[in-house]
Amino acid sequence: MDFKPCVTIRKEWDIVGARQLGRKHAKELGFGTVDQARIATAISELARNIYLYARTGTICFEVIDELDKKGLKIVAKDNGPGIRDISQVMQDGYSTSGGLGAGLPGVKRLMDFFEIRSDSEKGTEIEAIKWLR
Amino acid sequence: MRIPILKLHNYLLISIQIDLDDQSAIQFQEDLLNEIHKSGATGVVIDLTSVDIIDSFIAKVLGDVVTMSGLMGARVVLTGIQPAVAMTLIELGIHMHDVPTALDLEQGLIKLRQELEG
Repeated sequence: MDFKPCVTIRKEWDIVGARQLGRKHAKELGFGTVDQARIATAISELARNIYLYARTGTICFEVIDELDKKGLKIVAKDNGPGIRDISQVMQDGYSTSGGLGAGLPGVKRLMDFFEIRSDSEKGTEIEAIKWLR
Repeated sequence: MRIPILKLHNYLLISIQIDLDDQSAIQFQEDLLNEIHKSGATGVVIDLTSVDIIDSFIAKVLGDVVTMSGLMGARVVLTGIQPAVAMTLIELGIHMHDVPTALDLEQGLIKLRQELEG
């Protein structure tokens, strides 16, 4: 299985490229249709955030294969301006871009694990995992 | 990529068969409104059977195009939303309450006919 671990987000079309690759990985790992859609949608939201707020960044994939569980980890990383108030962006309906404000809280609901680190110097890193059931 | 818009009597039919990027979605919005203006169509069916992902941006574009078409006097029905897409949208927090939907193209046309022709 050829596993391409990272996609660079630089232009708008890369959002589509990232979610297509994520879906492919999810399918190969054995995720069902609904989980594939959840994973692809989460990646789309994360990639769009990078494109909108940081201009460039990466979406990386990692297969987690532990004794008792298997899953797909997505890491979205950018060197953008960072998020000043994380609790604010995690509120439903909050948006600075004129979108639906579904972004990050939505991603958290779609995935099983969600962690966000951000500061104004290093940018933002979001880690999200979906476990295979 | 341009999405083809077909005219059938007073209706416009669209089947989205590509993985929509933001630019194509916006382009489609503009094309559809222009086509409504040009053709005088009163009903529109946008079929999403082949769409396997709708994220918040595409949902916004689709919701907006329904409202915009309404302003121009055309009724839009979205059809064929896949089970996985419906589940994902709700979990994402997008409810699309005001958007008319139907199971498939056939049901969508029946719905339009009922609403437009009484």
